Amino acid sequence: MTASLVRLGRWVTDHVILFIGLLVLLYTLLPVFVVVLMSFDNSADLAYQFSGFTWSNWTAPCSSYGMCDALTTSLKIGLLATAGSTMLGTLMAFAMVRHRFFGRSIANVTIFLPMASPEIVMGSSLLALFVSMGFAGQLGFGTILIAHIMFCLSFVVVTVKARLAGMDGRLEQAAMDLYANQWQTFWRVTFPLVFPGILGAALLAFSLSFDDYIITNLNAGQTQTFPMFVWGVSRKEIPPQINVVGTAMFLISLLVVFAAGLTHRRGSRAAA
Amino acid sequence: MTTVTEVARETTGQDVAEQPARRGWLAYLLLLPGTAWLALFFLVPMATLVATSLYDPTGTLETGYRLTGAFSNYVDAIRTYGSEFWRSLLYAGLATGFALLLGYPLAYAIVFKSGRWKNVMLVMVIAPFFTSFLIRTLAWKAILSDHGFVVSTLKSVHILSSDGRLLATSVAVVTGLTYNFLPFMVLPLYASLEKVDPRLIEAAGDLYAPPLAGFWRVTVPLSMPGVVAGTLLTFIPAAGDYINVELLGTPQQTMIGNRIQGLFGAGDYPAAAALSVTLMVLIVVMVMAYIWRAGTEELL
Amino acid sequence: MRARPGAAAADSTQTEPASSGADLRLEALTKRFGAFTAVRDLSLRVPAGSFFALLGPSGCGKTTTLRMVAGLEEPSAGDIFLGDRRITTLRPYKRPVNTVFQSYALFPHLSVEENVAFGLKRQGQRRVGEAVTRMLDLVELSGYGRRRPAQLSGGQQQRVALARALINSPQVLLLDEPLGALDLKLRRQMQIELKRIQTEVGLTFIHVTHDQEEAMTMADTVAVMNAGVIEQMGPPAELYDNPATTFVANFLGQSNLVSGRVAHVSGSVLEVDVQGATVLVPTVRARVDSGAAWVGVRPEKVFIERAGAERDDGVNTLAKGTVSDVSFSGMSTQYLVRMPWGQELTVFEQNTGARRLLAVGAQVDLHWRPEHTFVLDADEPELAGVEQQDLAGSRVGSTKPA
Repeated sequence: MTASLVRLGRWVTDHVILFIGLLVLLYTLLPVFVVVLMSFDNSADLAYQFSGFTWSNWTAPCSSYGMCDALTTSLKIGLLATAGSTMLGTLMAFAMVRHRFFGRSIANVTIFLPMASPEIVMGSSLLALFVSMGFAGQLGFGTILIAHIMFCLSFVVVTVKARLAGMDGRLEQAAMDLYANQWQTFWRVTFPLVFPGILGAALLAFSLSFDDYIITNLNAGQTQTFPMFVWGVSRKEIPPQINVVGTAMFLISLLVVFAAGLTHRRGSRAAA
Repeated sequence: MTTVTEVARETTGQDVAEQPARRGWLAYLLLLPGTAWLALFFLVPMATLVATSLYDPTGTLETGYRLTGAFSNYVDAIRTYGSEFWRSLLYAGLATGFALLLGYPLAYAIVFKSGRWKNVMLVMVIAPFFTSFLIRTLAWKAILSDHGFVVSTLKSVHILSSDGRLLATSVAVVTGLTYNFLPFMVLPLYASLEKVDPRLIEAAGDLYAPPLAGFWRVTVPLSMPGVVAGTLLTFIPAAGDYINVELLGTPQQTMIGNRIQGLFGAGDYPAAAALSVTLMVLIVVMVMAYIWRAGTEELL
Repeated sequence: MRARPGAAAADSTQTEPASSGADLRLEALTKRFGAFTAVRDLSLRVPAGSFFALLGPSGCGKTTTLRMVAGLEEPSAGDIFLGDRRITTLRPYKRPVNTVFQSYALFPHLSVEENVAFGLKRQGQRRVGEAVTRMLDLVELSGYGRRRPAQLSGGQQQRVALARALINSPQVLLLDEPLGALDLKLRRQMQIELKRIQTEVGLTFIHVTHDQEEAMTMADTVAVMNAGVIEQMGPPAELYDNPATTFVANFLGQSNLVSGRVAHVSGSVLEVDVQGATVLVPTVRARVDSGAAWVGVRPEKVFIERAGAERDDGVNTLAKGTVSDVSFSGMSTQYLVRMPWGQELTVFEQNTGARRLLAVGAQVDLHWRPEHTFVLDADEPELAGVEQQDLAGSRVGSTKPA
């Protein structure tokens, strides 16, 4: 009898951490539930309460004035910023991992600093730069893009670096032993192996860019991105359509992460 | 880690071989575009910010600014906004502490206790991060609203007085801060705990350490790099945040970020710049002290 | 066809030395992982103070058994006793048992001293400096106390792991293939070291390994394990000399196994018909006394002579073989001899220089003394225990018992 009590006690202590972890996980997902719920809300008010169910937000998501324009702007900036920061960052990562050079620690610090600075400081310093250079009247798409590439760079470098550093250099030696020149080795061996890291970095960069508010707001001039739109309406009535976008973003990111995991696992199984 | 790397590790019984590092100009060529971008749009702006903070405070966008070495901007800034600085550091500290308290069990559960569900749980931690954080913070407005579930429950248990609120209080702001930066705490913790060899924990048990002692003496010390990284990645952005105050708080909870934003909006660039630089210096000093105490090799 | 009663028992047959420690007893120990049974109804007794080796190929369940004794796995059924104390369900930190892990599992964030002192500190002892110094001296690592594990070589790490476990004077010390990661020379050295330490300290050592030479060198008692059960247990010489199953015969060293049929039992001698020849076997060395059987003899016990040459009376002979391969390896020569019925037998001959090496194609007769023969149950697979050997195992043909 005491044996089964002991067994029960053991089960509880073994699982209590998992239970706490799940509670915390629920805590992180709680707002997401609310977002999904509110996307079906049939009214838009500042009190942000659920008044009634409707599909109309989903069927006509752009009915909120200005939202879809802002969304488009954010998407454009996101794609461009991702392309720019991923390219520049990948080059840097290769240099940091594969080459010895003078000034490596300085490079390390320079890459680390943007990740460790508060956004308000980065955003305001960029604004100060633009103003002092005389571009105070031309703040807009271009300046936003510049800012986004800047703060995404560090994250790309760190992500690709990690992937590259974990790669076995002897694979490339094996390729060259089998008559592949430098270029072929890079494209047929190095690049495919690093690609998941680059892809991950690109996804990270996109989400950082799409979601940025503080830096963007300071450097946007008259242009409006989606986070700026949300901010704007949050002072007045909150159109439930923004939750449609929020829910869609959540679902898409789930899909992407699952797809990434699946292809990685299939790739590993194929390689095994 | 790829299967190939694992195989390499197995067959050689040692860590994967060092890459053949090449000296030469190619490195600089690869580094050039990215470093140039960072130099131009991060380092130079920082310098400009410092310069702006020393502008004549009476300048405006119309009349232009003159660099006058006006250190008085700093004195004014600290005198006027001292309480906001303290509050920012306090809120950020609290948020970091709570994030650690909540994030550590979650990371631990994912690494050691989740079994088949590990990847699912990890996805569930990461996925909300990709959803607009403004929208999620707005959702907290609904959750903590006066007619909402949380407030009603707390009132009925008398933790909250019958006319008390959660919204528009510092509790809401800290909750929002904790929530926003939780993934930044959980992911480094996860990465660090993942590297802990479970056989070490077995060895601790074999050597007469009950589970709690084994956790405290083996797991925790080995996860310190993750703790350091997580607390830094949480505290620093939290100190400069202003969004949570705007959405969930009142002017009574103003943080330094709000002030900076406001001053920039009003065109008072010298004062705003002075505040920014002060914040940056404060953070750098605290981070240096923290790292010096906690040890730094694993960070970079 | 049926095994002789009492011949192949799995209980220890050795007399226990007088000792102050406690015997370790496993009773019907079973461990299942889902549908897979790793350890099946295992019973054995390890006398206190002995050096006991659990030997077997990978996957045979020996590590699982060890972990159950350590408390790191919970048995599905059965019991473990330390003396009179039932420790089956005790947590590892409550058992007076310590483990030297295969990967050493040294705490990387602690120094060597702190690693070694870990167990004592957890038991509440405060002043451990002297004990740590004494233990480091024992494993010949004096002066290394302040270093970190990462700064030590593999052999040194292994000794720290040993010191860390020994310092607690456990009633049983478990060693999980501790020498696996060391190179050959270091391994030989450590085998002698471990044996010396065990004799000096007088603790019960249970050593798990897949290296049969290691087990035979170090242990007082060896238990050969296969697929979750113990096939034979006893002093190394006994196991080697008189194997009870084909698995043991092939796993320990090499064996020639030829199929035959028991013709006649007269007194203390078995007569077995082997491919036309009559082979004599003392009955105490036969596990079956009728029907089909395996007749076995170790390659080093076989004399190889030119066909028709004179021989002593009373030896067993298999005649008219043809040498098919000669491998000279300095100290000895390995001959492969193809017999008329197609099977290739192995002979090891020490290069005493008394005779020139035989050439491939030579016609030879094989002789050996009857007391070196052993007879095994024909139902057992003839290749059991062979695949796990390296490529120099005996190449047994595919003939089945009659």
